Amino acid sequence: MKILVPVKRVVDYNVKVRVRADGSGVDIANVKMSMNPFDEIAVEEAVRLKEAGVASEVIAVSAGVAGCQDTLRTALALGADRAILIETDVPLQPLAVAKLLRAVCAKEQPQLVLCGKQAIDDDANQTGQMLAALMNWPQATFASKIVIAGGVASVTREIDGGLETIAIALPAVVTADLRLNEPRYATLPNIMKAKKKPLAITNPGELGVDVAPRLTTLSMAEPPKRAAGVRVADVAELVAKLKNSGVIA
Amino acid sequence: MTCLVIAEHDNASLKPATLNTVAAAAQIGGEIHLLVAGNGCAAAADQAAKIAGISKVLLVEAPHYADQSPENIAALVVAHAGPYSHILAPATSAGKAVMPRVAALLDVAQISEIVAVRSPDTFVRPIYAGSVLETVRSSDAVKVVTVRPTAFTAAAAGATASVEVIAAAADLGQSKLISRELPQSARPELAAAKVVVSGGRGLGSSENFKQLLEPLADKLDAAIGASRAAVDAGYAPNDFQVGQTGKVVAPQLYIAVGISGAIQHLAGMQDSTVIVAINKDPDCAIFQVADYGLVGDLFELVPALTAALD
Repeated sequence: MKILVPVKRVVDYNVKVRVRADGSGVDIANVKMSMNPFDEIAVEEAVRLKEAGVASEVIAVSAGVAGCQDTLRTALALGADRAILIETDVPLQPLAVAKLLRAVCAKEQPQLVLCGKQAIDDDANQTGQMLAALMNWPQATFASKIVIAGGVASVTREIDGGLETIAIALPAVVTADLRLNEPRYATLPNIMKAKKKPLAITNPGELGVDVAPRLTTLSMAEPPKRAAGVRVADVAELVAKLKNSGVIA
Repeated sequence: MTCLVIAEHDNASLKPATLNTVAAAAQIGGEIHLLVAGNGCAAAADQAAKIAGISKVLLVEAPHYADQSPENIAALVVAHAGPYSHILAPATSAGKAVMPRVAALLDVAQISEIVAVRSPDTFVRPIYAGSVLETVRSSDAVKVVTVRPTAFTAAAAGATASVEVIAAAADLGQSKLISRELPQSARPELAAAKVVVSGGRGLGSSENFKQLLEPLADKLDAAIGASRAAVDAGYAPNDFQVGQTGKVVAPQLYIAVGISGAIQHLAGMQDSTVIVAINKDPDCAIFQVADYGLVGDLFELVPALTAALD
């Protein structure tokens, strides 16, 4: 069984992004870029499925600028077997990425696409579901546990109010939530080995996909800052303040 | 221009997030229809028909809608999408699962978790864990939108819309529900509570989490939340998580206990009316958003606060 793992290059989760003064976007020149943390969890799960003998091959795929090669090398260092970069300088929106992934799925015929539930830059939470719809496959979003047996994935999902477990027939799309696993660190020997693993480069034109954006960003702004609060000396002062502000009786 | 709102319900009753989504639709303008898809969900449809601003409820009942699988719900919505300029659902775990499917099947973009409506084609949504607000315009014929419930005041009751029964789409049979674990709680629902008491890694154990926070929450009739660190450490279940990837809350009072205030956590609670932080580290980030900060040992301060609320 082949597993395809889409990975996104995003601003590192520790970086506090700044909006450009003219509101045209965020300043991401010279900031640290990393693999989207949820995608790292997806890579880890795919590699574990391979280590358990459930999967035969793990293919990492990324779409975007040439710098996404670094993200793919990270996936290879974590244990993916080979990588595909769909290179473009066009800013990609989830529908375009889903169509690119559909084209890759048509070629590679994976039984499972394992991706992160959302990217921490655009916070869209769409691509996996869109790909599943375009492929007419079932989906299991927000996965915290995956068990695969007999062509069926039993997936425990984190939902509002608790957990649910569903069974979906493969091929399918599963999106990873935080508690699916704790990704390993890439070791130096594996980072060195990753440099020799195959990385194929294609582009949206070759895949026959129109990636023109459907949404136009008109402006970006930082949300209004909360006014500075006060330190209270003790519990009695806190209770008095809360009573004054009317939030407690 | 007509909006279709996908109602969230458990067959017996509507989820409150539906009311906030109707409020967002009302800001877009035009007629609002509400889709109630389920099985044995006539009661939820009757409730839906009373929401102010709704002109029609579309009711569809079939066994394969009982569990609201995103595959079947998306196919149903797409089959009935024809007359609509906008299709909206709350940005809950259910809405987030189904709406991108609807959008992809209609070959349109989906606009996630809007917090404001600027015009029928222009919306504001948070990105980068809420540290940036993006204003986007859609050029698609149909706008498929999820709505952050806390950003819109719930629509009131007051209408008497007609309920029209519509045809079910075929059962795709792609997904089977095996089990649901939805712990019952006498507390208010986290996403809609007026008061939230939230705990972080500073509590140190699941026993402390319960022993310190539950009595305080009882006094305030509060929901209990948690930071990601506390959930990851096993102090609290996943559905307690507040933040970028958990629930977004905006209660009148949010009490953060032993939470340091990572940006990902602030993303989920910074729109609360009043924020109280209790933490032993005077330099931690939570104090930058707190209206009232109390520096000290939470193991003394929380019981003292609970006692002071008698």
